[in-house]
Amino acid sequence: MKIKILTFGIAREICGGSSIQADVPEGTTAAALKHHLAQQFPRLAGLASFLLAVNEEFAADDTLIHPGDEVAIIPPVSGG
Amino acid sequence: MNLFLKLSDTPLDIHSCIREVESPSCGGIDVFIGTVRDATQGKRVLRLEFEAYEKMALKEMRHIAEKAFERWPLQAFSMHHRTGVLAVGEVAVIIAVSAAHRAAAFDACRFAIDTLKESVPIWKKEVFEDGEVWVAAHP
Repeated sequence: MKIKILTFGIAREICGGSSIQADVPEGTTAAALKHHLAQQFPRLAGLASFLLAVNEEFAADDTLIHPGDEVAIIPPVSGG
Repeated sequence: MNLFLKLSDTPLDIHSCIREVESPSCGGIDVFIGTVRDATQGKRVLRLEFEAYEKMALKEMRHIAEKAFERWPLQAFSMHHRTGVLAVGEVAVIIAVSAAHRAAAFDACRFAIDTLKESVPIWKKEVFEDGEVWVAAHP
């Protein structure tokens, strides 16, 4: 399945656009998608942290990704 | 719950944030104002650029407010955050919390800014004379 992934901050610069597409098998977990993304964009793995959000909530490693989910890469936050 | 959340790409208004939490039953309002500092580790900062995942940022801000209401007897809670380009001295964030007694307002306000910095998907880039850095991005 093709998943659209939003990117922000330094992740947007690393991935080269405000959204990217990943092609992953059905039943992919957040942890597996992170692994896939870190292979494609090794600089993500060098960040102080690198989390995914699914449907605007932080995803646990075992969160399942479904077609149509809104997925986002969350690099280390620095608001305030 | 009286809670007020705002993300804005235009200058924040301190007094409107405070007015949102005013109430006859509160005995104190605690306010935190975060502003753009002119230097980081001795390097002169020209400006900050804030970016937010807006829908999720507002959700996380709501989670913080809800947790604060669970933990302290609060009257009202307001959190405003800027996005976009900010010059030195500009206001990046305002948090105002009202309660019947000051201890709850102080503690909840501190909790709110500390948690915002940990969990709300907002990012800032520091722009220096000789380069730029996404804050906290690297270990």
